[in-house]
Amino acid sequence: MTARALINVPRKAKRGDVIEIKTLISHVMESGFRTGTNGKTIPRDIITSFACTYNGEEIFATQFYPAVAANPFVTFYTIATDNGTLAFTWIGDNGFEVTQEAKIVVE
Amino acid sequence: MEKRLRLVAPALAIVLAAIASLAFAEIPLSQRRSGYEQMSREVKAMQDDDTSNPASLSVLDGEALWTRREGSAQKSCADCHHDAETSMRGVSARYPAFDAAKRRPLDIEQRINLCRTEKQQATPLPFESRDLLALTAYLGKQSRGMPIAVISDDDTKPFIEAGRQIYARRQGQLNLSCQNCHDDNAGQKLAGVELPQGHPTGYPLYRLEWQSLGSLQRRLRNCLFGMRAEPYAYGADEYVDLELFLMWRARGMTVETPAVRP
Amino acid sequence: MDAMARLLITRREAVLAGAAALSASALPAPAAALGQMDTAIRNVFGEATIRAGKVTLDLPPLVENGNTVPMTVSVESPMTKDNYVKAIHVFNDKNPQPNVISLKLSPRAGKAVIATRIRLAGTQKLTAIAEMSDGTLWSGTEEVVVTLAACLEDLP
Repeated sequence: MTARALINVPRKAKRGDVIEIKTLISHVMESGFRTGTNGKTIPRDIITSFACTYNGEEIFATQFYPAVAANPFVTFYTIATDNGTLAFTWIGDNGFEVTQEAKIVVE
Repeated sequence: MEKRLRLVAPALAIVLAAIASLAFAEIPLSQRRSGYEQMSREVKAMQDDDTSNPASLSVLDGEALWTRREGSAQKSCADCHHDAETSMRGVSARYPAFDAAKRRPLDIEQRINLCRTEKQQATPLPFESRDLLALTAYLGKQSRGMPIAVISDDDTKPFIEAGRQIYARRQGQLNLSCQNCHDDNAGQKLAGVELPQGHPTGYPLYRLEWQSLGSLQRRLRNCLFGMRAEPYAYGADEYVDLELFLMWRARGMTVETPAVRP
Repeated sequence: MDAMARLLITRREAVLAGAAALSASALPAPAAALGQMDTAIRNVFGEATIRAGKVTLDLPPLVENGNTVPMTVSVESPMTKDNYVKAIHVFNDKNPQPNVISLKLSPRAGKAVIATRIRLAGTQKLTAIAEMSDGTLWSGTEEVVVTLAACLEDLP
């Protein structure tokens, strides 16, 4: 089954409001520092970056390290400027890439 | 002196064991507490908000699986049970439940697998597999907020009693029973952690230690490992009897599925 | 990804600027004298001055398990076009790797507050450093005690 992401963006906001955005994505975030039952190191498999654009303009970007817990959860804020689309992209090891969008109505 | 000690020690052990067994009393219904109440503000917040609860991802997986056609019968859960939000409301709160054909109680995982093998003509899902956890989380969510209501009747009573026996039996290298921790010493500290009363109100649940969702059987296995006892195989009757007893012991308490625990 | 590349360039520039400001004789403190966190911070920011303040790390003081620890970082800033938080970097002192997370913000954030969940391999200190739009660096530090649960699971 593919990765699943959950995004919470207010559907409606007043122009100029500072809105909270919550994001959650399923990922093991295998640190690369654990040893398996066979005595071998389990290879690293993490999400390395996460970014959000608002009508195409980047508003938030992060770089993850193995210290980010499994199923990464990130909340941040942005100013509601216009009607439109927020796009969230997670990129990681082994070709991992997930993009999900949320719409917002700004009055 | 040494000889006398040797004689006294076993006698003392017997007396202590007798005291321990006398001390056992079921927690009065009104004094039962969910492990939720012992959690920190941060972990409670994680459970309370769906976007912040990592188990929500599995609930979404389960919702997708509900309508996926499976097995040689090419039937989905929804083909028979339709909308889970109505048909599955309160169902998980009643499990483990007695199955007339098997002549014993089945837990919700076994019930799903019975549907898979008999109705969908599909292979059963392994315990703790992503799909089985997702389906049980999705079903459990349909009972969230409802009281636990396993049935105690002539069919199930012998199994509740069998579960109680396992719960009360000392086992493992530490010679502990479930009740030693979860009745006699609930609320006391064990290595810095407050012992919960052990009510299974939120399974399957997301444990921060596991960094994943897990079933009640996984938690029981975890306890047995802690007691240095031999865990049963997944799906063993002993686990299901224990699950049934624990759900009966938690009767009337509110379903929190999918919960979060440390 | 672009954002991170830009962030890294900014950091490299900061390091270079910091190095240029030093006279040739002023060598950085020997790495051996610093813990892993301080070394990592020096690697990113060079000898630039980092002042304590403006940054608050909110973590539970005591956690039962270090696998999933909620963390909120807030930075005091008006978040206007002329005065905002450009980036936040969080470091740890005892994990196998000193970095936790790096974030890039813009005035469009409105509020310099972020929350996530992290892993802590045992009791340790965490430091968050904020890079302001005027180039100043501010830091906040917090310690988390990680107790161990009594009944840990065996390897699956």
